[in-house]
Amino acid sequence: MHLILFAVFAGLCLVGAINLLLQSHPINSALSLIVVMTSLAVLYLLLGAEFLAIAQVIVYAGAIMVLFTFVVMLLNAGREDRTLGSRAASRVGFPAVAVILALIATVILHTQGLGTARLSDGLSNTAGAANLEVLGSVLFTKLLLPFEVTSVLILIAILGAVALARHGDGNGERTDDE
Amino acid sequence: MSSFFAQEVPLTWYLLLSAALFSLGVIGFLIKRNLITVFMSIELMLNGVNLSFVTFAQQWHAVKGQIFVFFVMMVAAAEAAVGLAIIIAVFRARATLAVDRIDLMKL
Repeated sequence: MHLILFAVFAGLCLVGAINLLLQSHPINSALSLIVVMTSLAVLYLLLGAEFLAIAQVIVYAGAIMVLFTFVVMLLNAGREDRTLGSRAASRVGFPAVAVILALIATVILHTQGLGTARLSDGLSNTAGAANLEVLGSVLFTKLLLPFEVTSVLILIAILGAVALARHGDGNGERTDDE
Repeated sequence: MSSFFAQEVPLTWYLLLSAALFSLGVIGFLIKRNLITVFMSIELMLNGVNLSFVTFAQQWHAVKGQIFVFFVMMVAAAEAAVGLAIIIAVFRARATLAVDRIDLMKL
């Protein structure tokens, strides 16, 4: 069962990622990226990370990709032209990426002691709720300060986004509609 | 056939999938000519790395890997908000999204 679920969703992941590269229209790339992220959420569930699976769907597939598709539609981004592409990317880039992938794969395949993943095998080897409890207690006791700093970071990001994307040239000059 | 259904998945496969996703993200970063799609490739790379964090958290029964992924997600959300705002600002100044035409810091 685990093998079948892994095969289906890992396949969906790879197909979505390759489709992202092949599509020339940004909205198609965005939709394939949503497929990749949703399949990754299922893989997180298989690895016993329920909270991250939900967060993946809500934050990535929900918030970030909605933002992406919204910007694609707002800017009315059309098909990209491939004529201006640099030759250096294909001459040096592809072999370099292939070498990196081969290197990582060799290291992974030669690493001893990697176990197997069982279905619903959480961190504490019990039911899923205990895993959530462990995660929550660590996040809200030992890591409370980084957690709160993250909220400040998000607030600054929101302010920055509004400041960057608003009308006007950013020198404090205001347009009439403000 | 029932032994096939009960088969478990080696964690190596998850790590290979994560490496493949990261490499596809790098390739997308190199070949895509649209600013938004280049940004999407960066998100793909982040997701590949997240998968390996979760896999190692499962391997060592440690909660730290999952917490790293949580913080990566939060930073990615902030990065997406600011990055897309920058893309909108660039589009407003240049009226194009092709990375070949956005090659000067000044107008």
